[in-house]
Amino acid sequence: MSVRAASTFFYRRPNWYLALLLVPPLLWFGTVYLGSLFALLAQSFYKIDDFTAQIVREPTLETYKQVVTQRANVDIVLRTLTMAVAVTIACAIIALPIATYMARYAHGRMKAFFYVGVMLPMWTSYLVKVYAWRLLLAKEGIIAWVFGKLGLLGLLEAALETPGIGGPSLSSSYLGMFIVFVYMWLPFMILPMAAALERVPGSLLQASADLGARPAQTFRNVVLPLAVPGIAAGSVFTFSLTLGDYIIPSVVGAPGYFIGMMVYVQQGTAGNIPLAAAFSVVPIVLIFGYLSIAKRFGAFDAL
Amino acid sequence: MTAAIEFREVSRVFGDVRAVDNVSFAIEPGEFFAMLGPSGSGKTSCLRLVAGFDSPDHGQVLLDGSDVSAVPPYDRNVNTVFQDYALFPHMNVLQNVAYGPRVRGVSLPDREQRAREMLELVQLGAQGERRPAQLSGGQRQRVALARALINQPKVLLLDEPLGALDLKLREEMQIELKGLQRRLGITFVYVTHDQGEALSMADRVAVFNKGRIEQLAAPRELYSRPATAFVARFVGSANVAGAALAKVITGAATPFAIRAENVVVTAEHASTPSTCVGTAGAVVAVQYHGAASRWQVKLDAGEVWSALITEEDALNLAGLAVGARVKLSWPRAAAVTLSS
Repeated sequence: MSVRAASTFFYRRPNWYLALLLVPPLLWFGTVYLGSLFALLAQSFYKIDDFTAQIVREPTLETYKQVVTQRANVDIVLRTLTMAVAVTIACAIIALPIATYMARYAHGRMKAFFYVGVMLPMWTSYLVKVYAWRLLLAKEGIIAWVFGKLGLLGLLEAALETPGIGGPSLSSSYLGMFIVFVYMWLPFMILPMAAALERVPGSLLQASADLGARPAQTFRNVVLPLAVPGIAAGSVFTFSLTLGDYIIPSVVGAPGYFIGMMVYVQQGTAGNIPLAAAFSVVPIVLIFGYLSIAKRFGAFDAL
Repeated sequence: MTAAIEFREVSRVFGDVRAVDNVSFAIEPGEFFAMLGPSGSGKTSCLRLVAGFDSPDHGQVLLDGSDVSAVPPYDRNVNTVFQDYALFPHMNVLQNVAYGPRVRGVSLPDREQRAREMLELVQLGAQGERRPAQLSGGQRQRVALARALINQPKVLLLDEPLGALDLKLREEMQIELKGLQRRLGITFVYVTHDQGEALSMADRVAVFNKGRIEQLAAPRELYSRPATAFVARFVGSANVAGAALAKVITGAATPFAIRAENVVVTAEHASTPSTCVGTAGAVVAVQYHGAASRWQVKLDAGEVWSALITEEDALNLAGLAVGARVKLSWPRAAAVTLSS
């Protein structure tokens, strides 16, 4: 069959054409992507035999019971969740003015500069950045040094003495971990937010001013609601990335475990695949919960 | 009487482009004032200066006698109907209309009451709960109008408000807008590139070209006595003879315009009455428009002129087809002398 005949054949049968295009990626998506996820989920319904350390391949909720009842496990979930919420809020607050400037005020070279500037850190190795931050945050690091030079060492020490977030130094405290998380995920908040703000037509802001709204009112009534889908998209990134990360909590910060570290440890050295699988379900559940709350607050109404 | 809007030697420059070039005019209270011109002629720039989205580089913009050049849009008693309507997509129709009172601190029941009244005024009383995206173009247009009128502005600015509507709806809205303006008695400033719209609705029309006002006059005068070649072409689609062509046709190098409906087409060697003047050419095209046809004739001097021939007169021209040699003639009195 010639190319021309084949073209005609598929032109007359758009559904065949669609199938031809979609089957390979759907196979990939279905088997490799979702299939492995479901294999993982299935593992979480097994349990490990405490004596033999063998996986018992019978459906049970025993492993989930461990996650939600054992004090240490609940602490891990709450610690990770708190960090994810704090990081998301901080990213949103820092990103909003930057994204607003990028989308609405910067033009030409300035705009290019900002977009490249936001993405540049993502082009370097993740590990290099995390280890660099450990040095920056160390007791003898540049941040402590700057505080010292400015005579603000007392402020830093007061922050580090705060129970819960403090520690011997920034690099071994939750505060330091929080700073690194915010640094790492900020671009994931800025970019969707800027994309949402780019789509707001300038005439809407003019109409708001025209009808008597001061700039602060225009921001609150028009810009912010229309940026919300972008904020929601960005927060899904920052929230889920924080929930799943295990490198930052292992390199920077206090000794308490995070969900990602728990998954890493359980599937590796401990060999408890069911518990690791159950822990990796936790972020999925939390994100579903987060999305349904966001939907209830109308975050996706303007989509 | 203090002018509702006054421009005093206003200029606005973007880089090398003089978007508004030393423009002065005054608009009377209650007037329906049209700013007419092709895109890039400066009419929308002038509107933005009145609304306060932009400030002049030179000169002053006065609203009700006071200089507002430095007053932000939210402190001006002027409202705008935007070309793209600029309805807030995240609010329903009622919330859109109630936005003006809302940001001015009017309580929820009061502003909703007023918004409902405005929606009644534009015959959209039942649509308050819908989102702008669920409305047709004509309905969105009415919502934009209601939203702009709710603050009871002294001046309403309309930026090509009917541009996105189809012809029939546009004609209905023209009549409705004119009626609304008469009833409310507020000043309308109407920006358009459609000369028919400007002529049929406005009390006075300012014709813009390259940042300047070519002519400011009542529609009838603008049409019958265009001051410049640009106005003659843009407003009346008239045939324009520059100095050189005028010298060939009449013997005097005075530029003039002659409207297509005043031009008569005859066979090339037909005699011309002494009150008329004529010139020869060849038919390039004949466009049938129903009540009349437009004959495009390439003059021997090189330019293409047009003649609007009624169906009745066209009977005499049977047999003249594209390519035929003809004579165009018109009464001397119908020619309008142009300034340049």
